[in-house]
Amino acid sequence: MAARAIFDEMNGHDGRSRHAYRVLQDWLKSAPPQLLEHRREEAELFFRRVGITFVVYGNVEAEERLIPFDIIPRILSGEEWGRLARGLEQRVKALNLFLKDIYSQRDILRAGIIPPELVYLNPYYRPQMQGLNLNSNIYVQVAGIDIVRVDDQDFYVLEDNLRTPSGVSYMLENREVMMRLFPELVGMQRIRPIENYVDELLGTLKSVAPASSPWDPTVVLLTPGSFNSAYYEHSFLADRMGVELVEGRDLFVRDEMVYMRTTEGPKRVDVIYSRIDDDFLDPLVFRSDSALGVPGLIAAYRAGNVAIANAPGTGVADDKAMYSYVPDMVRFYMGEEPILKNVPTWRCREQEALSYVLNNLHELVVKEVNGSGGYGMLVGPHATKEACENFKARVLSNPDNYIAQPTLALSTSPIFTEKGLAPRHVDLRPFVLTGRNGVRLVPGGLTRVALTEGSLVVNSSQGGGTKDTWVLSE
Amino acid sequence: MLSRDADSLYWLSRYVERAENTARVLDVAYRMASMPISYSGLETNEWESALITAGGIDDFRSAYDEATPENVIEFLAFSEVNPSSIRNSFDTARQNARSVRSALTSEMWEAINSAWLDLRRYKARKIKVEDLPRFLNLVKEASLRYDGSAMRTMLRNDAYWFSRLGLYIERADNTARVLDVKYHVLLPQDAPVGGGIDYYQWAAILRSVSALVSYQWVYHQNLRPWLVADLLILREEMPRSLAACYGALSRHLDDLSHRYGTSGAAQRQARATHARLTNRNIEDIFQHGLHEFLQNFLADNNRLSLAISNQYLC
Repeated sequence: MAARAIFDEMNGHDGRSRHAYRVLQDWLKSAPPQLLEHRREEAELFFRRVGITFVVYGNVEAEERLIPFDIIPRILSGEEWGRLARGLEQRVKALNLFLKDIYSQRDILRAGIIPPELVYLNPYYRPQMQGLNLNSNIYVQVAGIDIVRVDDQDFYVLEDNLRTPSGVSYMLENREVMMRLFPELVGMQRIRPIENYVDELLGTLKSVAPASSPWDPTVVLLTPGSFNSAYYEHSFLADRMGVELVEGRDLFVRDEMVYMRTTEGPKRVDVIYSRIDDDFLDPLVFRSDSALGVPGLIAAYRAGNVAIANAPGTGVADDKAMYSYVPDMVRFYMGEEPILKNVPTWRCREQEALSYVLNNLHELVVKEVNGSGGYGMLVGPHATKEACENFKARVLSNPDNYIAQPTLALSTSPIFTEKGLAPRHVDLRPFVLTGRNGVRLVPGGLTRVALTEGSLVVNSSQGGGTKDTWVLSE
Repeated sequence: MLSRDADSLYWLSRYVERAENTARVLDVAYRMASMPISYSGLETNEWESALITAGGIDDFRSAYDEATPENVIEFLAFSEVNPSSIRNSFDTARQNARSVRSALTSEMWEAINSAWLDLRRYKARKIKVEDLPRFLNLVKEASLRYDGSAMRTMLRNDAYWFSRLGLYIERADNTARVLDVKYHVLLPQDAPVGGGIDYYQWAAILRSVSALVSYQWVYHQNLRPWLVADLLILREEMPRSLAACYGALSRHLDDLSHRYGTSGAAQRQARATHARLTNRNIEDIFQHGLHEFLQNFLADNNRLSLAISNQYLC
């Protein structure tokens, strides 16, 4: 995969413009030279104004946390999106079936497809969920699946985010900005709308309400509070959905029912869209030192009197070791071949894989199964010989704790720089909603872009930015 | 709405109003202190009087030796040990605003946020006494902007009503305290009219609630103490009077009870206090003692705040 030239989503491998980008390219060519610079400045001005709303939720230093925005859209054809959407739907369905299975029958463990210790020793496995009959049978209502591509054909899943995926507010705001800044360009082609995401989210949440709730169930968004880094998004989504943004202290449980404290007295809550980690949901069940949660919430949940989305315990399906089994889940539960590819992953727990990894360390990325944020990780091509040797020893001492993947030549998409357009690496996080009536996707997602030349790191904490993502109608 | 959100709105408005009131008190002290001695009266220390009016004289005494202009300005405007200093009031207001961001209009948020950012530029001790008016103007304008944007942009629903309740409770408290601190200069009707000193004291009271010109429009005569009290206690057309504050409090509490379909102690108490204010005349109040009247009022006002809190905010 790494051997070929890097695939650019506008210019392909060979510099010939790809179909989805034609209108954009023609427009860029005909646009007066100053125009883009002017629009970029306007975008900056706009974001400084919107920036005020970011400062709202952040602290004094919040201005620095503004995520840079690039004005050149990233474009997918209708056909590409169709394929991607089918793959995402299939994958998220399988993940939901897997969670249902491991918290009840455990067929997949009995069939010997997934080693039981990967489930039971997983720090995100929640025994409290065992044997619980969820009214909707849905565990992951909102998934953020990170997608990359390396060529014209294939999409690869980099990571499944099944706990509290964030970023959808940027997706929505980026579109709003583009519509304001480039109305003529937006009007030249048929871009599929994404603005209905919030409606779909609310519909999804209502659809999983407990059977006992009224015909129009009460939904709340549970946030850790205004000091959380994603508070802006929590507040944005609650506001757009028209539901209350609650903290743990706004809720209480009486007779296994959940209520919120309102100016009109206690009001029954049917569905909680939780943006809090499992650990902090209920101090009686999880971390007893948590001040964020609601005592008794899990008892109410187990009694079937409230729905929590996503369900506690979904993290067991999104760690790096489990990731490598998702294609097997698709085959096992759905009897289908997976549409989306996994990045090839060597599980060091398997003897053959281990010896391959140890012999090819210099061209692999080796990761701890539960690591995140770049810790406990070796990037072979960039590591010294000594570092490789040291890491080898660590892997050998506990092979189960490691997986390895090839370094990917992520695709690029052009961004606007002082020197004109320049290619930068991108990924894509589409948001997949699953309710009682099936899977809903808005066409697009959050495109993250590494703004530094050559960099593969798209994380906003490390100099990444975002772009609007356009999916064209067929 | 969530009780916590209503609570935040209520206190947001109270603290903005409090910052403005403190700024007015400082403004009067500044004016009085810069008057020729023969006009302003030598015995009184206007800066100390400002401390008494704004409240917190005990906190002040435990932190400072002497009521010098610099000390009083620092304490009332910037001090961190004074929970009601202008800076602390805006800090608390902004904290409350942040936690109910989605219940505010963007105009309201910007009024709070930009005032907060402006205030951060002023550092305690660095402000010279002669720069005080400019600083106080900033505070008053921030409050006007917040209040104006609330009036012009908020939906008339419970969020609006709770923010108004906070404002009027705080305003009533302030007007009553301004009057009470100065009650000794508000002499009974038949007392001989004093000289220049009294005149400036009364004028100062009126100015601290921006009512000096209003007084002339309402009474068309020279400053008379019982009329000053009449204006600030009983006149509904005077927007900072106790009667006007309680008119608004009863009205907005009724709005809430209509919307929610129930009423409680808060509605009853507000109506009772409002009735006491509309059925009295000023001679009657003076006869029974202005100080006692104001002390009773302040206690009632506190009880109403507590009743609102118990009924809606927790």
